[in-house]
Amino acid sequence: MTLTTESFAVELAFWILSICTVISAIAVIQIQDLFRSALFLIVTLLGVAGLFILLGAEFLAGVQLMVYVGAISVLIIFAILMTRDLEEGNPSHSFRLPVAIVAIIFILFAYYVITQGTDWNGRLISENLDAEQQKVAATVFFKESIPSLARMLLTDFVLAFEMVSVLLLAAALGALALVRDR
Amino acid sequence: MTLERFLILGAILFGIGLYGVLSKKHAIAVLMSLEIMFNGVNITAVALSRYTVPYTVPDTLEAARFLLTGHVFTVFIITVAAAEVALGLAIIIAIYRTRQSVLVTDAKELSR
Repeated sequence: MTLTTESFAVELAFWILSICTVISAIAVIQIQDLFRSALFLIVTLLGVAGLFILLGAEFLAGVQLMVYVGAISVLIIFAILMTRDLEEGNPSHSFRLPVAIVAIIFILFAYYVITQGTDWNGRLISENLDAEQQKVAATVFFKESIPSLARMLLTDFVLAFEMVSVLLLAAALGALALVRDR
Repeated sequence: MTLERFLILGAILFGIGLYGVLSKKHAIAVLMSLEIMFNGVNITAVALSRYTVPYTVPDTLEAARFLLTGHVFTVFIITVAAAEVALGLAIIIAIYRTRQSVLVTDAKELSR
């Protein structure tokens, strides 16, 4: 597998995954039953995990499955079930039309910047590396991705790594302190 | 073309999540929209890491590890999102116990 292979199967997988992801993300926002929208959130997270695999990030796809699909969605569903004696459904503010306009303007602006406003040719891997460098890059992406990731986490980003573990400890203690019976 | 469509997909997910965060009244719906925004950012980071060249030219295997910077960012974003959801749901349940409501418009003691 090289860095620039584009097959029909990859193309098809991209379109299926991205359409599923976007449609279920819209369903999360629009469906009135909150429990069902949590189920659609799981579909969105699964689609993003599939896109990670398409991008050659299998480790991140596994992390996404374990943390998001396995833990966060279960937490959200628990919270929905614990607070569900009210029948409001999933109401919106009255000013949702200007908010929708802002979101659409953001998407169009991002589309313009991505397609017209940026010169990607100076920075693309496929055009700026010679054959030897592309071979090294392919090795990092497809064979050595987890060792390289571990090396970065424990050398270049070691301070952020330790801080994140402190943050997780603080979040766990804080959540316990907040919901404890007094 | 291949890089651009991943970036556009990330922007679309971010926009959908932005609309949900700003327009929903239910606090758990706001948290779920926030997760969609995080996922849009993650797709963008991984796609940029996969298709663009970092400032250090990847000559050796040792220098080429900087190609994976976007993956490291994504790992941190996922971790912080997990911490944020745990704390957010704890706060929502604490508010629900005292006020019997989970709508963000009902928690307005500070605005009076």
